[in-house]
Amino acid sequence: MVVQALAFYVFAAVATAAGVMVISARNPVHSVLFLILAFFNAAGLFVLLGAEFLAMLLVVVYVGAVAVLFLFVVMMLDINFAELREGFLQYLPIGAVVGVILLAELALVGGSWVLSEGPAEASLPVPDEKMTNTHALGHILYTDYIYLFQAAGLVLLVAMIGAIVLTHRRRTGVHRQRIAAQLDRRREDTLEVVKVPAEGGR
Amino acid sequence: MASFWTAYVWPVAAIVGYILLIVVPLLGCIAYLILAERKVIASMQMRKGPNVVGPFGLFQPVADGLKLLTKETIVPAGANRVVFLLAPMLTFMLALVAWAVIPFDLGWVLADINVGVLYLFAISSLGVYGILMAGWASNSRYPFLGALRSAAQMVSYEVSIGFVIVTVLLCTGSLNLSVIVQAQQGSAGLFSWFWLPLLPMFVVFFVSALAETNRAPFDLPEAEAELVAGYNVEYSAMTFALFFLGEYANMILMSAMTVMLFLGGWLSPVPYEPFTWVPGIVWFALKTALVLFAFLWIRATFPRYRYDQLMRLGWKVFLPLSLLWVVVTAGALVAFDWVPDPVAVPS
Repeated sequence: MVVQALAFYVFAAVATAAGVMVISARNPVHSVLFLILAFFNAAGLFVLLGAEFLAMLLVVVYVGAVAVLFLFVVMMLDINFAELREGFLQYLPIGAVVGVILLAELALVGGSWVLSEGPAEASLPVPDEKMTNTHALGHILYTDYIYLFQAAGLVLLVAMIGAIVLTHRRRTGVHRQRIAAQLDRRREDTLEVVKVPAEGGR
Repeated sequence: MASFWTAYVWPVAAIVGYILLIVVPLLGCIAYLILAERKVIASMQMRKGPNVVGPFGLFQPVADGLKLLTKETIVPAGANRVVFLLAPMLTFMLALVAWAVIPFDLGWVLADINVGVLYLFAISSLGVYGILMAGWASNSRYPFLGALRSAAQMVSYEVSIGFVIVTVLLCTGSLNLSVIVQAQQGSAGLFSWFWLPLLPMFVVFFVSALAETNRAPFDLPEAEAELVAGYNVEYSAMTFALFFLGEYANMILMSAMTVMLFLGGWLSPVPYEPFTWVPGIVWFALKTALVLFAFLWIRATFPRYRYDQLMRLGWKVFLPLSLLWVVVTAGALVAFDWVPDPVAVPS
């Protein structure tokens, strides 16, 4: 138990610290690297909760794919840091006002929120000892929530098609490799064996 | 006080011992894999390969290691120091931590977790960070180009590897690596392993493994002719050695993964005596060596892919093929009522 508590505090502390560093780091690449660290520690917290499948998915999807593309884009940004900092003081009042309003609203909501009795017991599902949590998740997703799951998939499909439609254009004058055409080529189409009469050119 | 020792100190000491038992032989394997690569490629090109240091050049890895250890580590002036030094460490560390879930024999596994395959998949998808960080932190053109190529390549081929893993776990009903290996046990020996019923996926997985480890013919991130040496141009001495060792550790890891998913892990190819007397780890090592030999063979045989061809193969050939095969496998399992029961928690 002590080890688990210790692990929790380590993961939680590192995740929070990394989260703070994401918004405070000067260099955007460092920000993304700290974001990855935060994801990783969140995955660690999932493992501690016994949700190892979600932990692995978090690493595979967010760290392994989404953050890679993030880093990819951010690394190629050409940002002048001095220029960025110039506008800082100019925008500070507006930013501060927005921040204060948000904080006040959050405080109002948080202050008037009364927790119902025994929320911790009610919200925790009872895990089945015989079931791995991969199986349990699949069981819920593909039976009870199958339509919602499919709808989520459709939303992603639409987003993907949208991105392709927005960026795809047919360019002319570009040499493309047409593999089918290359494979279709036969000897008769390209090769001609010519019998040249010997010493006929003389 | 006694409970403190039994509850914390001994288990931790035991785990450290197990880790050393895995990592030390692994490092030896990496060193001799490098030598084996040079020897195999040399003999395919009718050369002798390294043959001066020790008998048959057997001490060559030691000499290389000592050389790299005693050289000076140079950090370029324009480099981002922290990230520059972090990148090789990350690469090497990721290459080693993945071995925690590999079952070398029945029950010979450090962490027998239920999501073993996903863990391996997650760790191998993190490998790209070492390369990206190295390329960016070097603050130099060629490493950066190499890193960009590598990121695009690894993300592309991960997708089809993911689908291959899905087909395998459809056939086993578990993400636990030991269960996956045991599901391949059958009276037909090597013909009941998954490489035969899932042959297209076996090929897709093997080719994707080549791409994932940045090996020939997909070694575009370090294409010598175009990029000098790609992402690790600016690295010297031990920082370079860590990249190099990490790359070879990843090769062994991907071979071990191929063996576990498709070639029956520690199972004997002929399930009768006297072949079953041979310890499982020997079969496991032999099969891994076989796959590794194929890696080297391919490097000595095929020319490098062009970048657009690489992307086409990943996205237009492997992705639709593996997606189709997931559907076909799932359909066949349901139609013939072969769906395996999900395996309960082993503990």
